Formats: sequence, structure tokens, C-alpha cells
Amino acid sequence: MYNSRNIIIGILVFVALLTYPFLTGLGRTQVSPEISLDTPAIQQLAVKECIEDTDFMRSNHMALLSDWKVTVVRDGNRVYVAEDGQEYIMSLQNTCMECHSNKAQFCDACHEFSGVQTPNCWTCHVEPREGI
Amino acid sequence: MIEKAFRDMSRNYLLWLLSLLVLIGIGFGFYLVQLNQGLTITGMSRDVTWGIYIGQFTFFVGVAASAVMVVLPYYLHNVKEFGRITVLGEFLAIGAVIMCMLFILADMGMPMRVLNMFVHATPTSPMFWDAVVLSGYLLLNIIIGWNVLESEYRGIPTPKWVKPFIYISIPWAVSIHTVTAFLYSGLPGRDFWLTALVAPKFLAGAFATGPALLILLCFILRKFSNFDAGRAAIQKLALIVAYALSITIFMVAVEFFTAFYSQVPGHMYGLQFLFMGLYGHAGFAPVMWMFTILAAAALYLLINRKTRENDTTLFIACMFVFIAMLLEKGVGFTLAGLVVNPFGRVAAYAPTMPEMFITIGIWAVGAFIISLFYKLVVTVKETSGI
Amino acid sequence: MGISRRKFIQIGGACALGIGVIPLANVVAGNNPKFIPSSKALAADKWAMVIDMSKCPEGCDICIKACHYTHNVPEIGNAKEEVKWIWTEPFASAFPYQKHDYMDEKTKKQPFLVLCNHCENPSCVRVCPTKATFKRPDGIVMMDYHRCIGCRYCMAACPYGARSFNFKDPRAYITELNPSYPTRSKGVVEKCNFCDERLALGSLPACVEACPNEALVFGDIADPNSKVRKLLAANYNIQRKLKLGTKPKVYYIV
Repeated sequence: MYNSRNIIIGILVFVALLTYPFLTGLGRTQVSPEISLDTPAIQQLAVKECIEDTDFMRSNHMALLSDWKVTVVRDGNRVYVAEDGQEYIMSLQNTCMECHSNKAQFCDACHEFSGVQTPNCWTCHVEPREGI
Repeated sequence: MIEKAFRDMSRNYLLWLLSLLVLIGIGFGFYLVQLNQGLTITGMSRDVTWGIYIGQFTFFVGVAASAVMVVLPYYLHNVKEFGRITVLGEFLAIGAVIMCMLFILADMGMPMRVLNMFVHATPTSPMFWDAVVLSGYLLLNIIIGWNVLESEYRGIPTPKWVKPFIYISIPWAVSIHTVTAFLYSGLPGRDFWLTALVAPKFLAGAFATGPALLILLCFILRKFSNFDAGRAAIQKLALIVAYALSITIFMVAVEFFTAFYSQVPGHMYGLQFLFMGLYGHAGFAPVMWMFTILAAAALYLLINRKTRENDTTLFIACMFVFIAMLLEKGVGFTLAGLVVNPFGRVAAYAPTMPEMFITIGIWAVGAFIISLFYKLVVTVKETSGI
Repeated sequence: MGISRRKFIQIGGACALGIGVIPLANVVAGNNPKFIPSSKALAADKWAMVIDMSKCPEGCDICIKACHYTHNVPEIGNAKEEVKWIWTEPFASAFPYQKHDYMDEKTKKQPFLVLCNHCENPSCVRVCPTKATFKRPDGIVMMDYHRCIGCRYCMAACPYGARSFNFKDPRAYITELNPSYPTRSKGVVEKCNFCDERLALGSLPACVEACPNEALVFGDIADPNSKVRKLLAANYNIQRKLKLGTKPKVYYIV
């Protein structure tokens, strides 16, 4: 092979870089964070459920928030009609965080654990002051 | 073919590349600071919202567009003298367009969102069209420059399919500077910019600056390599510079008539600020007088046949043209439209040290790219003997 | 071998380019019936504001404070990087082409409230390369801070100086944070939004509501029976820089 030495070294370096994250994680176990989602606002609710069911919120909260931000700012819609017909004001800061006033637990813990960088919501949106 | 750019590099050439890399590194360092702190580290303000970044962007769009001044005569009028240097013009355009893109990126408050320009494409905005024509022009020149040089390298005629691209690139070059002019000339309330003369003035200035820079580069190549563009080609370029420069000076001058004969204050403010100072802000006037003196001296040296045909005086004249236009288009024009704010107050602007280092860093990127390309061209021409 | 390798690289490059230009699919459901306006929302064909200068005493800044608190507008404390949504300018600055040498000092220096004019023919909207600033059907010129790339073209295009750029992170300069409205981040342009967030939930703009003299009147200028139309019909009024054709929607009764 033409220039075989360089090519083989190149391939080895490439493979090493590609598999590096897996190799370093090998055999290690990650402890999932202990989080408490309970807040005073949630405790006062009769039915402890979010605007949609938990499974939907877990897998779709990012798309939901993204849709909200577009429709609120660009279409002037402010109300979200949930699956069960309930209506909510679409506002991360005023609706979501009213119940989930514990951002460190509710947002950051999982985002950090799963290595998904928190989108830059909080450079503009004001996070609730803890303990209120 | 690309490996030719890295063969037989002399010590001086390596040192040159290394010092450019150092400047790029410093500029990038300051850019990281800007990314972290925001544009507060620049001299721009609520009133002077565009500064040296956008000014330099405008100037280098002109340098990029000016490649057409060698391409058009060679391909449309069969001016054989330009045969050896058209590819230099095309590679100069590539370097200049990349600089333009970097200046735009440096000027953005949210550079990570730059693709929004295409994701949410807005045809009413000249800035969108500027992004489109600049990327297109970059692509055209890469295709053309590379294929022309490669066929030269292999000793075969340029493939037929490249020809249409060459013809398209001619009006396209005009379009990039026209769209850049439209960036300015369609804004209500910015009287200095609100004139249809911006586009023709930009083009005339570009056709003086670009060929002047090309002459300078040819002189440098002749001194440091075996590449000689040929006296005929350089003299032809010098003539282009002479005519384009006189048209540019004419266009700058007629603005004075409209503004000062009509006596409409808004139209006078820009020129007053540039050349005389306005409401006690005279800091910029020396820069524009420098432009005036350099442009006049260059015009004298270029019109006079003796000095135009003498290499030393031609070199000086081309230096003067380049520096003069850099001051007028690369700083003055952008500022003059903004310094008088919508409330009739004059706002001062001076680039800060970090801003200057970022600007120099982008210059160094351009010089680096052009150095590599020109080394490649010189080596190919040496081996092919054309 | 040489040729085929070159071909490989060429094809590879072309493929990479292709991926780059595939238009990003817009996954947002724009007209999803799940999103509706609030039933309390105030609606109009064309929102406008009338400012009665005879009721606007010098030195009063109640409306400015109300607006800047409501919208978390920072106090940068440096004229170059100042951020402001509504503020005062002396008559001679707000109306630069309407001053003359023998004008009485009082009028010349009388502070006029200035804010975004929410033009019917807005030049800022025309130049924005991403539609981050856009005109709503009810005439409000909105800013989408999620989309702004910070090119500041709109600031060059606005003949009223109504736009401010966040040269640095504004958070540190907000003395009293309103927890129910977002701040902005560094790198985006901001301006008055005619309180679209309040109109959407049934309240008038913060400045209008705060004014103790009812100097600021807000309403639908397309409706001949609206209060703003009646005021304009009964009083001599002026607008800023009419000759530019932007059709501002802030009127001054003088």
C-alpha cells in the first residue's frame, strides 16, 4: 500500500479517539441522581399531574417548550389546550416554574447527569428564587 | 496538486507564515474575549452600531469583486497579457471573500445563530442576499481558480464545463459589491448613505483598489520568486487603476455638490463630519485629509505616463491607492452614515485595542490563505513553464 | 490509484456540501389548534398611541419607571451602551427638522416621550435577515429574542433611535428584577413591544396604566370610534419624521 505506515497510524489514532469515551466509561457504574421533585406548590395540588401525563412530558418537554416559545412570540397565542381540555398560560417562567420552583432539582440534575447541556433558557428567563 | 503549496518552502517564507499564525492566534484570543464579554470590548455604541468590522467587510468585498478586472478582459476581450495573472486575481478573491465572512462573524452579537440567515431566509433583507452572493462567489472562484490551475499543472486545456462558470462569475462579481452597497443605500434616515451613487462608487473604488493590490502582489512575487507577471500585464493593470481611481475621485467629489449646493443639513452632516469635523468632533478629519492627499498623489503618479511606466513610482502610486481606499471605504464611509444619530447628536467612535487585534487577525487569515495559494501558483507555473 | 483517490475526495466533499444545504425541516406546529389566544386578550386592527404633551409634566418619569421595571430593562449607566424602551428627548432632538433659531426656549427644551413608533411600514422589519423583528397583523412590531443574531442592521435602519443593543450581559444592571418577565441576554437587540405580553392577557401597556394624568392613550386607530381617533380628530398633533414614509403610530398632541 502506498504510504502504508502513515495510513495505519492515522487509522489507529482515529479509532482510539472514536472509542475513547466508551473505553473510559467501561466497567464504571453511574449512580443516577437522587432528586426530589416535590415543591410546596405541588403539595397543594389535589391531583399531582403536570399539564400532560408524565411519560409525555418526559419525552416531549423540549419540543413542547420550543413550540410554546414560537407560538407565543410569533403568533400571539398565549393559551395551551391540554389533551384533557384544560387550559394553561404558555409561560416557562410563570407557568412551569410556578410548580417546579426547584430548578436545580427539576432541570439541572437530569440535564447534568445525562450530559445534555441545558439549552440557554436561563440567560433570559428568570429562574425562581429557591425556597419561595 | 495542493502539496505543491508546501514543497521547498524557504526559511523566510516559513517565518512569514509563522508570524501570520501568531497574529491569527492573538486575534482569535481577543475574539474569545469578545465572545465571553460581548461587543462591549469594542468601540461601538448604541449610535455607532457598526464600526471597523463592517467597514473592513465592505472594503474587502470590493477587493474580491475586483478579480473581474482581470477575468473580464482576458476571457471576453482576449487580452492575452492577463493570461498569467487571471488565476492570481481569482485566488485573491477567495482570500478576500473569506475575510469578508470572518468580519461579518466578528461583528455579530450572536454568532452561534448565524445559520438563522438561511434557516429563516428573508428575501427582503439585503443582508440575506449578501450572504447568498458572497457564498456563491466563493464557490465560483474555488471552482474556476482550481480547475484553471490544475489543467495548467497537467498541461491540458481548461475543461469546457468551466467556461460557463467563468462567464457567470463576471456579473456575479458586480453583484456582490452592488448588494453590499444596497446594504447601506436603502435606509431611511441615514442621509449620507441614502444615494443611488453608493453602488457605482463602490464598484469604481473596488476596480482601483483590487488591481492596485494585484500590482503590488506581482511586484512582491517578482522580488521573492521566479514568477514575473510581465511588464505588459502590469502596465495594463496600472491603466485600469488610473481610470478607476479618477472615476472614484469624481464620484466622491460630486457628493459635495449635491450636499452643499442644496444646503440640506442631513446631507451635509456626513461630509462635514468626514472632512471638517462636526459640532466639535473633528477627530476623523485628518484621516480623510490623508485619503485626499494620497488619492490626489496617486492620481498624479498614475495619469503621468512617465511615473506610471516607472516601476518604483508605480509601486508607490499603488500603495497610495490601496491605503487611501482603505481609509475612505474601510472606515470613513461606514462611520459617516452613523455618527449623527437619529436625534441630531454626534456620537464618537474609535476602535479599541481588542477590536484592532481581531481586525488584524482577520487580515492575517487573508494574508495566510493568499500566501499559500500564491506559493502554489508560483510552483505550478515554474513546473509547467507557462 | 492517484486518480481514484482524488475522485473519492471530490465526491466526499460534494456529499458533505449536500448535507450542509439540506433545508432544516421546520418541526414547529404553527397552526396547531392546541395553541389559542387568551379569551381575555385585547385585540385591535391597528394599535396606536397618542401622547398628550399638555398632560405630560416635565420631570415626571412614572411611565418610564413602570415600563423599565415591567420589562427588566437594565440601567447600564453609560450612554454608549444604554438600553431604553421609553425615555424623554428635548423637542429639538425628537423633532430635529422642526426646530428653528427663534423658537422659545421652553418648547425647544420640552422633554418629549419617545419610544418605538411601531411603524406601519417599518424599515427595521424590512432589513432584518432572520425575521427576528416582524410586524404582527395588529401592527405591533415585535422582537423575537430567540432568533436575533445581533447584526444590528435594524438599528441602522431605524430612523427613531428606538432600538438598543445588549453590548454586555444586562443581568448585573437590573436593580429590581421583575420575576414574571424575562431579561435579555448579551448580543441581542431590544426595544418597546407595546406590551404585547400584557395585551395578550387583557391589560393595557404598563406606561399607559401607570400615567396618573392619562397623558398616554392607547387604542385601535383603525376604529373610528376609538378614544385615540377621537383625540386625533379634536386636537392638533404631530409625528416624528413623517417624510421618511415609515408611517409611525405614536402621535403627539401639542
